[in-house]
Amino acid sequence: MPDLTEGERLSGSAMLGIARRQRLQDRLFHRLTQFFSLLVLVALLAIIASLAIKAWPAFQKFGVEFIWRVEWDIVNEEFGAAIAIFGTVATAGIALALAVPLAFGIAVFLTETCPVRLRRPLGTAIELLAAVPSIIYGMFGLFVFAPLFADYVQTPARDLLGGMPIVGWLFGGATNGIGIVAAGIILAFMVLPFIAAVMRDVFEIVPPILRESAYGLGCTTWEVVRRVVLPYTNQGVIGGIMLGLGRALGETMAVTFVIGNANRLPNSVFSPGTSIASTLANEFAEAADFHLSTLFALGLLLFAITFLVLAAAKVLTLRTERAKGA
Amino acid sequence: MKPSFLPVAAAAVLALTLGSAARAADITGAGATFPYPIYAKWAEAYKKASGVGLNYQSIGSSGGIRQIRAKTVTFGATDAPVSGADLDRDGMVQFPAIIGGTVPVVNLEGFKPGELRVTGPVLAEMFLGTISKWNDPKFAALNPGKALPNTTITVVHRADGSGTTFNFTDYLTTVSKEWADKVGKGAAVKWPASTSVGGKGNEGVAANVGRVKGSIGYVEYAYVKKNNMNFLQIMNADGKYVSPDDATFAAAAAGADWFSVPGMGISMVNAKGANAWPISTASFILMYKQPADKAAANETLKFFDWAFKNGKAMAAELDYVALPDALTEQIRKRVWSQVQR
Repeated sequence: MPDLTEGERLSGSAMLGIARRQRLQDRLFHRLTQFFSLLVLVALLAIIASLAIKAWPAFQKFGVEFIWRVEWDIVNEEFGAAIAIFGTVATAGIALALAVPLAFGIAVFLTETCPVRLRRPLGTAIELLAAVPSIIYGMFGLFVFAPLFADYVQTPARDLLGGMPIVGWLFGGATNGIGIVAAGIILAFMVLPFIAAVMRDVFEIVPPILRESAYGLGCTTWEVVRRVVLPYTNQGVIGGIMLGLGRALGETMAVTFVIGNANRLPNSVFSPGTSIASTLANEFAEAADFHLSTLFALGLLLFAITFLVLAAAKVLTLRTERAKGA
Repeated sequence: MKPSFLPVAAAAVLALTLGSAARAADITGAGATFPYPIYAKWAEAYKKASGVGLNYQSIGSSGGIRQIRAKTVTFGATDAPVSGADLDRDGMVQFPAIIGGTVPVVNLEGFKPGELRVTGPVLAEMFLGTISKWNDPKFAALNPGKALPNTTITVVHRADGSGTTFNFTDYLTTVSKEWADKVGKGAAVKWPASTSVGGKGNEGVAANVGRVKGSIGYVEYAYVKKNNMNFLQIMNADGKYVSPDDATFAAAAAGADWFSVPGMGISMVNAKGANAWPISTASFILMYKQPADKAAANETLKFFDWAFKNGKAMAAELDYVALPDALTEQIRKRVWSQVQR
């Protein structure tokens, strides 16, 4: 090609070089990010494996029965997970039962009926609530909430209902303000901002045209939320609830402060109990040998519970997706 | 015990906090939380005197034993003494470093600290839950003329494993056969009383006792003083009622025959002596006879030697009891001589 100058020919080969370098960079970048994501998987598997290995002696001694044995006697080395599992599930259940309706209300208010100039300050306030360290909730729970709960809820409940036949025993026992119910209420405070923030975010992504059309047809706010917003966002809503549930199941410090740390099943509504996370936090430092192994077994069970809950949530959302598609 | 992941993690943290190998001259130790305040105070003064610092991680007695077995520290510290057989197997020596006491504390309105009295067996029954009201005849009989309220006793105990719990349950096991049969002693036990709640750490127990009316708990003596808590006088082995303070802790230590047990791991609970506080305890140090790092072991012994000589006033300030000179001389001669340095 005679009409191409020297420089032009050079730039053609340079171009090829650039393209090659870019392809290499792309491939490197791909490998690097792939390595990062595989790292998470490796860490997850390594954690499960190390938990299982450490927990093995406990399962070897008690078998699967460990899961539903009601016993925690460190001196005589008799262990069972039922008490801690009950406390974990009960506190998380109470927390969700209280927090989900509240969070739903907050999200609906913020996205549907809140005056625009209030939206940002209120939304930020909720996000700030999520940033409060859990130890603060624990201290608040023990020193502020528990005395009030004892004087204004437990004592009246015991005086009013404690003498009744059949259900009276439910309200008996010491009224000291700490226990599974108190821990559940504190947990509700803690998971509320997470669930509310996620719900608000997903409600906001509903296309305005859908919402406005519904309003245009004369729907009430509730009807819009029920028929348009929720069906559009149910996956995100369930995700938000699961995020809250995950935090409630694993929360340690705040629960340790208010749950009462008693290794026995509750005998009334206000009884103290213990959760898996608080048992681990309390006993890990001083545990040795076999006791340590049972704590690892508890950790593995917490892992399993969390995993099952998340898996169930995933199945639930997939099923609703499929139902919608059909 | 197999090397486990915890000591490795703790060692990593230790290495990070130490920052650089250049400061390897610092003494490293880990273990009991109960003597931590006095070790920290001694360390501060020793650093000024000698330039050598102490890095002590108060991670709990069992943690201390795990750390020294994993050889991540030069000395381990424990409240519950390690048995002679275990010491021989690991090739370790054990010696007491400081003495303190555990005190039953109550929240009862209208009574001054130490105004109410209790015997060991009655105290055990309260923690067993068989005495469930403050005006129970057995408790009232020990406190004639006192207007005891008809309130439920809420038992507050340590939720975390603890040398304080070991000391307290060791005492209850000694004075009550029922406690010994049903519960026993340990750093954490299965608390039988149906009202019992757990608090994390001495401060957690102190906070719960301070908050719940009609509660009874047990804390290390420093917390009684610091929070001005109401405590119970206890009848000691000589049948005398005593209050907790450094004099009664020292009286409990005075009668002890330290070398009667391998590793000096004697129990001082229910000690004889008219003025002896019955729930006193020593906190112990563990070291290898053949340490991997002889220079570090030498520095550690120099630190305790200095503390035994110069640390008595500091101990008294924090309501601990320093070991008597006769005993520390014995420790130098008979225990430290076994450590290669």
